[in-house]
Formats: sequence, C-alpha cells, structure tokens
Amino acid sequence: MSATVLRPIDSVLEPPARWVGWLGWWALLFFVGAQAVGVLISPPDRDMGHLQKIMYVHVPAAWTSFIAFGVVLIASIIYLWGRSERADLVAASAAEIGTVLTGLTLALGSIWGKPTWGVWWTWDPRLTSTAITFVIFVGYLALRSFVDDAERRARWSAVVGIFGALNVPIVYMSVKWWRTIHQMQSSPSTVDPEYALGLRLNAFAFLFVFLYLLARRYRAAKLERAVEVRQDARALGGEV
Amino acid sequence: MTTLRRELARAGAVAWKDLTTERRTKATFNSVVFLAALTLLLFGFALGPDAEALRGAAAGVLWLTVLFSGVLAFNQSYQLELEGGAFETLLLYPGDRRAIFVGKLAANLVFVLLVLLLIVPMAAILFNLPLLRPFPGLAGVFALGTFGFVTLGTFYAAMASRVRAREVLLPLLLFPMLVPLLVGAVAATRALLAGDVMGDAGSWMRLLGAYDLIFFVASLLAFEYIVED
Repeated sequence: MSATVLRPIDSVLEPPARWVGWLGWWALLFFVGAQAVGVLISPPDRDMGHLQKIMYVHVPAAWTSFIAFGVVLIASIIYLWGRSERADLVAASAAEIGTVLTGLTLALGSIWGKPTWGVWWTWDPRLTSTAITFVIFVGYLALRSFVDDAERRARWSAVVGIFGALNVPIVYMSVKWWRTIHQMQSSPSTVDPEYALGLRLNAFAFLFVFLYLLARRYRAAKLERAVEVRQDARALGGEV
Repeated sequence: MTTLRRELARAGAVAWKDLTTERRTKATFNSVVFLAALTLLLFGFALGPDAEALRGAAAGVLWLTVLFSGVLAFNQSYQLELEGGAFETLLLYPGDRRAIFVGKLAANLVFVLLVLLLIVPMAAILFNLPLLRPFPGLAGVFALGTFGFVTLGTFYAAMASRVRAREVLLPLLLFPMLVPLLVGAVAATRALLAGDVMGDAGSWMRLLGAYDLIFFVASLLAFEYIVED
C-alpha cells in the first residue's frame, strides 16, 4: 500500500532519467553551437550591426513560448477529457516554462528596441499581445498556487489554461486593429540566407532546451505531488 | 423545448434570488456605485484640469471605472452562499448546473447595468460629454461591453470566490482576459462620442459581439467543470 502513496502517478510518460540527462547535454551543446554560429560566423547587419544578433534568440524564444502554450492547451484538453493527472502536471510544467520564455522574449525585444526604435517599449500589437499573454499565464500560475486541493486545482487550471490560449489570438487581432508599427516578424523566409542559418539553429536549440526543461520540470512536479499526497495521508493518520 | 424553458425558469429563479438579496441589503450596490463615482473623480484629478484632455480620455476612464468597480460585485455574488453553505445545496438541485451560471450572470448583468445607469450620466457631467446625440449606439456598446465583462467575471468568480486571496486572484485572472473587450469598448465609445466620423464604431461593436459570443459559449461549456465538486 505504501508504494501507491509514494508513487501516486505511474511513470509511463516519464522518459528514463539517463535519456533526460543526455538530452540536457545535447541541448547545452546545441545551444552553445548555435550561439557560436550566430555571434562568430553570421555577418553583422548593415544598419543594425551586431545588435541584429538579438534576433537569433529573441525570435526563437517567442516561437518556443508559443509551442509551450500549445502544450498547455493540448494537455489541458486531455486532462478534462480523461482526468489524467499526468496531463495536468505536463500543462503546469509547460505553462511555467512558457511564461519564462515569454518574459525572455519581452526583455530581449526591449533591449533590441531601445537602440533601434529609441524606446524600451512601444504600444505595438505584437509587443502588447505578448505582454498580455505573459500576464494571462502568470494568472494561471497564481491560480495553481492558490488552490490546495490537487483535483480541483487540475480541473480549474485546465479550464483557465484553455480560456487563456483561446484568448491569445483574440488579443492579438484586437490590438492589431488598434495600432501597428512592428516590423514584419522575422522568419527564415523573410531574412537573408546568411541569417537564416543562425535563426534555424537557434530555433532547434530553444526547442531542445524547452524539451529538457519540460522533462525536468515534469519530474519535479511529480515529486511535489508525491510529497503532497504523503502529507495528506499523514494528516489523515494513514500509512506513510 | 420544455426542457429549455424549465432551465430558463431555474436560471430566472437564481437571478431573482440574487437580486432580491441585493435589493434588501443594498450593501454591495451602494458601495460599488460610490467607489465608481470616486474613481471618476480621482481620474479627473489625475488627468485634469485641462477640459479637452479630460474629454479625450473620457471613454477610457469610463470603461476602467466600470471594470474596477464592477469586479467587486462578482465575488460577492457567490460569497453569501458560500458563507451560508448554500452553494452546495444549490448544486445538489436536479437539472442542469448551467442554469445556476446563467442566473448569476443575469443578476450580475442587471447589477452592473444599474451601476452604469448612474455612472454614465455622472461621467457626462464631469467630463462634459455629449451623450444624447450618439445615444442608441452608445447604449449598444455599453450593453455588449457589459455582457462580455459580466460573463467572464461571473465565470472566474466561481473559482476565485472559493480560494484564499480571492480579492487579488479575481482581477489577476479576469483583467488580462478582458483586454480585447476593453480595447473594443473604449474605441467604439470614443468614436461615438466624437460623432463617429470615420464610421468605425460598427466594426468595434462586431468585435465585441464576437468576443461576447465566444466566451459566453465557452463559459457555458466549461461551467460544469468548475463546480463539479
């Protein structure tokens, strides 16, 4: 019986720890390599000089945050569908990483914007909707931290996660009609081939880092859950 | 058809109960109206005294006032029942639980529209706004904006009212979600107050309508998940 208390969630979804370790090293190497290509090999921009290289991390951070919120959306739907606690923990982990990546996107964009546009911040749709996405998911994380009952927390945060993801395109469209000055977003097809390599490599580097963090965070979330279950069992006077 | 009618009757009963409680005590209504009036005055001090600048900012000031004061009503609409342990009983009644949501939504809608009925003329006086000429359009914008606000407010309060730190959590969850509504409502109100020379109030109202529809349907679908325990 004690085994069920210690390991409330079976470990089907969890990749073996050794693989996660290798993924971590791979992500680190790839990330360093991508930065080396970006900083050393790719030529500086004619107008912006080396400043342009922020694009290599800013744009992939934004892409990866979208992937993270996509994971939140899908995992939340799966949770409501089949009530799998694993899906809830995946959603929570992805939301946390996505929020960090969104914050990183905003910070890097701001650092680039100051010398380029002359201001740290402008009320452009992409900036504004990114900031709103950031606070929507901060709200999601706040809700998680305020609800003590695990089952209720999972159910509520799944709904809030779905509503938040549903709102992101609506926020974007509404703010776009409101005003627009952002340059066309960069992607490998809109930048010179010389820059595309750095951008592509970084996109994969961020993806690997995301997957690594997701695996780690998911494991930590499972352990936290196990501790919670154990504390509840002890509080109720049961076997530990 | 009869099922729908029965559910609507149940929703009506919930709304009637909420409104009767509020009418007998008036505790929330009076303080929300007072806070809204105070907020309007404070915005005046913060942005004034240039009359032209005030009038330019009036649409945004008005909607922020509605949001900041209205948000106080939503937790309250569950609070009384939760304190009395009556919410569980309400959930145990047979029938669709969405009727509870629709009923609370209707009661909150009446509540916020009544607040608006007092606040909008007050704003018109304080900020010197021409209300009568664009009246039919403005009424439409206020109806659409309030409906979306109250829908999500009632929905999120069903969660926020049942946790610690509910006063902080509700605005934290609700306000980021309301950005499209705020943008649309303020833009439409501003356009109408300026005579709608560009004719763009209509497209903002369509945005509000779409937003209302999406989140009303989503809330109806999701409410069961929020209250199932």
